[in-house]
Amino acid sequence: MTAPTYQLTHLAALEAESLHIFREVAAEFERPVLLFSGGKDSAVMLWLALRAFAPAPIPFPVMHVDTGHNFPEVIEYRDRIVAETGIRLEVASVQAAIDTGRITENPDIDPNRNQLQIIPLLDAITEHRFDAVFGGARRDEERARAKERVFSFRDEFGQWDPKNQRPELWSIYNGRHHRGEHIRVFPLSNWTESDIWHYIRDAEVPIPSIYYAHERDVFLRDGMLLAAGLWTHPREDEVVERRTVRYRTIGDATCTGAVASSAATIADVIDEVDATRITERGATRADDRASEAAMEDRKRDGYF
Amino acid sequence: MDLLRLATAGSVDDGKSTLIGRLLYDSKSIFEDQLTHVEDVSRRRGLGQADLALLTDGLRAEREQGITIDVAYRYFSTPRRRFVLADTPGHPQYTRNMVTGASTANLALVLVDARNGVLEQTRRHAFLATLLRVPHIVLCVNKMDLVDHSQERFNEIRDEFGAFAAKLDVGDLSFIPVSALNGDNIVSRSMSMPWYEGPSLLHHLEEVHIASDRNLVDVRFPVQYVIRPRDDKHHDYRGYAGQVAGGVLAVGDTVEVLPSGMQSTISHIDTPEGPVDEAFAPMSVVIRLADNIDVSRGDLICRPQNQPVMTQTVEAVVCWMSGTPRLQAGGRYLLKHTHRWSKAIVRDLKYRIDVNTMHREEGVQALGLNDIGRVTLRLAQPIFADEYRRNRTTGSFILVDEATNNTVGAGIITNAG
Repeated sequence: MTAPTYQLTHLAALEAESLHIFREVAAEFERPVLLFSGGKDSAVMLWLALRAFAPAPIPFPVMHVDTGHNFPEVIEYRDRIVAETGIRLEVASVQAAIDTGRITENPDIDPNRNQLQIIPLLDAITEHRFDAVFGGARRDEERARAKERVFSFRDEFGQWDPKNQRPELWSIYNGRHHRGEHIRVFPLSNWTESDIWHYIRDAEVPIPSIYYAHERDVFLRDGMLLAAGLWTHPREDEVVERRTVRYRTIGDATCTGAVASSAATIADVIDEVDATRITERGATRADDRASEAAMEDRKRDGYF
Repeated sequence: MDLLRLATAGSVDDGKSTLIGRLLYDSKSIFEDQLTHVEDVSRRRGLGQADLALLTDGLRAEREQGITIDVAYRYFSTPRRRFVLADTPGHPQYTRNMVTGASTANLALVLVDARNGVLEQTRRHAFLATLLRVPHIVLCVNKMDLVDHSQERFNEIRDEFGAFAAKLDVGDLSFIPVSALNGDNIVSRSMSMPWYEGPSLLHHLEEVHIASDRNLVDVRFPVQYVIRPRDDKHHDYRGYAGQVAGGVLAVGDTVEVLPSGMQSTISHIDTPEGPVDEAFAPMSVVIRLADNIDVSRGDLICRPQNQPVMTQTVEAVVCWMSGTPRLQAGGRYLLKHTHRWSKAIVRDLKYRIDVNTMHREEGVQALGLNDIGRVTLRLAQPIFADEYRRNRTTGSFILVDEATNNTVGAGIITNAG
């Protein structure tokens, strides 16, 4: 990776920055936790954490905010990674919160549980007294995220105040907070979707199989290909077809669409990502289409 | 492919958003859905053409008010380089954001409108970029189409800015005449300005030599985290993790650890990709030493003959980033330098710098939001400091307000010890 001119490749520079962020948090916080959805960004984030502390284990647990609407391949992947790495897994369950009446589900035909993740996430942060919460958000994903700090302060209500963010200079991070407040930490801030895929290839990061092309029964809704019969159900006028698809992002299965793709290997995926003209969230996420500031509003409320 | 971090400074009037939009669009970094979104919103607001500023103005308040409030980060790449662009608002009330964007930049892009030439704000942007020691500055003379692509006008601006820059300590200064609206000299050389023989802006960004900007001489390794696995397999493993801040560390080198002054030899350098023989900035590595000596977070590893200054008194230029509290002599703050926190007291506020004229205003009582001034700080704990001009990592610090935990100041060490 290093040439005699003492130059780093851009991926090596990004990795170095991320390791620095992980170690800073481990050194300054009492109870960090890493949010692990089983998606590719959280997979890379976990890989970087493993590398930051090797040969010692990661000095904090991971947490899955489980909407209950999962792709079985992703849960299988999550459990396999947890077993292989020996990390501790906490689960914040949206279903449990619904069952106990903590939150109410929208009585829709295919209810979208994206928004419903906020309360179980904040409850878990309070319950475990987590003071630093690693998230895999990247600034290239979305307009509001482009303004987010690496160390992003959250008040006791878990809220983000985008107009009053702490200045963040050089690589000096200020994680100080009062009891009950916490810091969201984004080690992948400066990575792009393309960087993530190149890193998955170079560092051989394992990811769920549904990121690669496979056959699936899908139907078209709001311009997205949704999996038929899993958590989303076609209405009468929606036609189910068997198609070769893959997922570019993984979220709550009710609002995550597949893209038509024959990219079956990491090399194919990289070619596809580098050639695409549509952002990953634009292509596959219904949750960002609600309004011009959909992400900003959810983030203010404590979303990832 | 390497990584170049650049910061842009300028106001909407200079065509900054159009320039950035052009760079992103022409390097194919704007996606169709983002463009469609911008077109939709522009149409809803009754604008004639797509307002590319909407691409960078991410927050609701920014879009409502048509201004940029905060630093926005943008990413684009060419086959030669990956770019991280910190887009900062140019107005004086956002000096703190400009300073933030410039703190990590390899290159600063300063925009002027060819019709208006060098203004007060142009000088301010250049001054701040120089203060933060951004090694490369590019003055983009924009809207050349509105001055008939006049070479004479371009030369006037170049000479005027050059004369001003001579008073600053600018590393590398370039001038490029462009029209962001028409794409002249942005990605490729323009036919409308045949008299201009330099590179296009994007070509310059791809080619500018940044490798020699780093300090490869003075070894500085702030210890960030101690790795001790405590399992049977790695019973004796004791590694010091950190990001190299300067110099080249090699296996076999004799090093000294501050503050203890103990010496040892580097026995291993571990990286995520396995062991290496040498480490240099900005690599994040784990150093192991041949001897079992006491090393902890906040210590600094350097060469015995080349050390930073261990000091509890710091002379610095501070950019104040808070409305309340204001910085005053006698004020108490927390200071973070590398991986060390210390209590700090302002011993003396020497002068405030007028960021427009660079005049020193002596006798001021306080620094308010966006003020820049020269101070002397007294620290409860020693830090291991270099002048900022020699090392951006060991020469910088932040100040934090103990009551709110907010970051209220950014400091550049002018004189340690």
